[in-house]
Amino acid sequence: MASISLKNVVKRYGSGKAAVPVLHGINAEINDREFIVIVGPSGCGKSTLLRMVAGLEEISGGDIAIGGRVVNNLEPAERDIAMVFQNYALYPHMTVFDNMAYGLKIKKVPIAEIKVRVDKAAKILELGHLLERKPRELSGGQRQRVAMGRAIVRQPQVFLFDEPLSNLDAKLRAQTRIEIQKLHNELGITSLFVTHDQVEAMTLAQRMIVMNAGVMEQFGTPEEVYHTPASIFVASFIGSPPMNLLHHAPNSKPGTILGIRPEHLDITSTGWEVRVDTVELLGAERLVYATMGGDRLIVRIDEGSASPKAGDTIHVTPREDRLHWFDAATGKRL
Amino acid sequence: MVDRSPWLTMLSHAVMILGVMVVAFPLYLALVASTHTAAAIVQAPMPLLPGREMWANYQAALFGSGKLGSNTNVVHMMWVSFVTAMVITVGKIAISLLSAFAIVYFRFPFKMLCFWAIFLTLMLPVEVRILPTYKVVADLGLLNTYGGLTLPLIASATATFLFRQFFLTVPDELVEAARMDGAGPMRFFKDVLVPLSKTSIAALFVIQFIYGWNQYLWPLLMTTTEDMYPVVIGIKRMVGGGGEASIDWNIAMATAILAMLPPAAVVILMQKWFVKGLVDTEK
Repeated sequence: MASISLKNVVKRYGSGKAAVPVLHGINAEINDREFIVIVGPSGCGKSTLLRMVAGLEEISGGDIAIGGRVVNNLEPAERDIAMVFQNYALYPHMTVFDNMAYGLKIKKVPIAEIKVRVDKAAKILELGHLLERKPRELSGGQRQRVAMGRAIVRQPQVFLFDEPLSNLDAKLRAQTRIEIQKLHNELGITSLFVTHDQVEAMTLAQRMIVMNAGVMEQFGTPEEVYHTPASIFVASFIGSPPMNLLHHAPNSKPGTILGIRPEHLDITSTGWEVRVDTVELLGAERLVYATMGGDRLIVRIDEGSASPKAGDTIHVTPREDRLHWFDAATGKRL
Repeated sequence: MVDRSPWLTMLSHAVMILGVMVVAFPLYLALVASTHTAAAIVQAPMPLLPGREMWANYQAALFGSGKLGSNTNVVHMMWVSFVTAMVITVGKIAISLLSAFAIVYFRFPFKMLCFWAIFLTLMLPVEVRILPTYKVVADLGLLNTYGGLTLPLIASATATFLFRQFFLTVPDELVEAARMDGAGPMRFFKDVLVPLSKTSIAALFVIQFIYGWNQYLWPLLMTTTEDMYPVVIGIKRMVGGGGEASIDWNIAMATAILAMLPPAAVVILMQKWFVKGLVDTEK
C-alpha cells in the first residue's frame, strides 16, 4: 500500500537537439489505495508514463516516488510493484503455478509460503483447477487471470495495468472489469490502469487522468471529468456520443465555443432552429443528427418520444445549467 | 491437388521405389559384404544375400584383428568420434546461445561489427581456413588431442545466427515481465530463453552431431597417432592402404556399418524434436 507522486515527469527520446519530447511535465499525487485510470488516444504517452512508473523506461526529468521513496534509479524489481501486460507476457514453458511463483522463487521466498500465496491468489481468481496447465492450454480470459494472479502473489505496493482488457472480447471485458473492481475493493492496493477505452475509464476509475499529446488535460473523478471537462479535448474525448461543440451558438461571445452534451438538449416548440439530417435508433434511445448554421449537433431523445424525420426542421432548447463554455484559442474551459 | 488416377499413383510409387533403391542399395551391399568372408566378397559375382560370417566380422572390427593396416580397434575409434562429435555439438550450442544472447539483448560498443564479423564467417567453411587453423593449433601444442580435434570446429556462425533469429521473435513483454519478477540477465537466459529454445537446440544437436561425427579433413590433418583417429579416418585407412588384394572388405564394410549407427541413432531418437524445431516455435 502506497501513494504515488509524479513531480514534473518528463520523457524525451534521443538526446541533445534531436531529442523528441513525448511527456511534457506530468504532475499528479495519487493517494494510497486509490484506483487511477490513465486514459487518452493512442500515442498520447499514457503507456510511456506507466512504463516509467514501472521502471521499464528511463525518466528524462522530474521525480517519481512510490510510498514516499523516489524510485527514479531503481530496477523494476526493487520498486515493489507488479504489472499486468497487454499480451499477458506469461512464460510459455512454465505451468500456471510456476508463472505465478517465479518472482517469489527469485526473491527466495520459502517454498511453503509460495504455495500458500499462489493457492490464495488462485482461489481469488478461480484458477485452482488450472495450476498445472501451460499458458497455451488456456483461453484468453484465463491467461488474463493468470497475469493478474502473478501480480497478486507478489503482494506489491502498487499494481500497474497496461491495457489488460484490450485482447478480450466485449462480454469478457465487461466481466473482467467487474472482477478487477471487486479485486481492488478486497485488496485495496493502489492501482494505475492504462486504457484508451473511455467506458473502462469511467467505470473503473476512482479518479482518472485524461491525457493528450503528452500533456495531462485533466485529473479528477469520473463525475468531474464528465460534468466539468477542463478542455475541449476532454469534452470531446469522454462521453459517447461526444459533446456537441458549437462555434456559432446563438448569443455566444466571439472567440468562444459552446459545449452541450446530446442528452442535455430537449426538443421543444421554440428555441434553436435545427434541420434534421438522420435519426439513429439505438434501442432505448434515438440519436438525432442535425445541423444548425455551420455546426453539426446530436440530440439524444428517448425511444418512446415522437421521432423527427430526416429533412424536418425542429426546435431544441439546451438546459441552461449544462452549458460548457470554452476558449476557442486555448481550448480551455472558461 | 492433383487428381487421383491409378496410373499416376503407380507412376509416383515407381519413382519413389526407384529412388529408395538407388539410395538404399549401397547400404544393403555394405551390410551384405559385412557378413561374408573377405575371400567370398572378391569372387566374381559378388554375393547379394547375407552370409554367415557376420558375428566374426563385427567382432574383428570392433575389437581389432591383427591383419589390418591399423591395429586400433573400432571401439576405440568410435569413442574418439563420439567424444569429438559431442564436444563439438555441446560447445557449439553453448557458445552460440551465449553469443546470440549478447547480440540480441545487450547494447555494447561495436555490437553491429561483432554481428557482421560472425555473420561473415558463414562464408568461410573449415576447408578455407584450414591452414591458418592448423598453424594455430600446432603452435598451441594441441595436435593429437581432443582439444585440437574439437576447439577449431566449435565456433559456429550458423547456430549463432539461428538463435539470434529465434531470440528476436521472443516478445519484449516477456523480457519486461522477467525484469519485473526480478530476474537478472543470466537468470532470464537460463529460466526463460534456454527452455524456449529447446526445440531449436534439439534440431541443432542433430545437425551438429552429424557434422562433428563426419569430420574428415580436419582430423586427417591434425591427428598422426592411431589412438586419436576417429572412425571415419579408420575406414579410409582400411581401404586406402596397399593394393586391392590386401583389403579386408568384409571388416571395412562392418566398420562402415558401425560408423553409421550413432548418427542414425541420434536422428531416430531426436526425430520428433528435430522436426518440431524446424517447423514450429513454442511461443
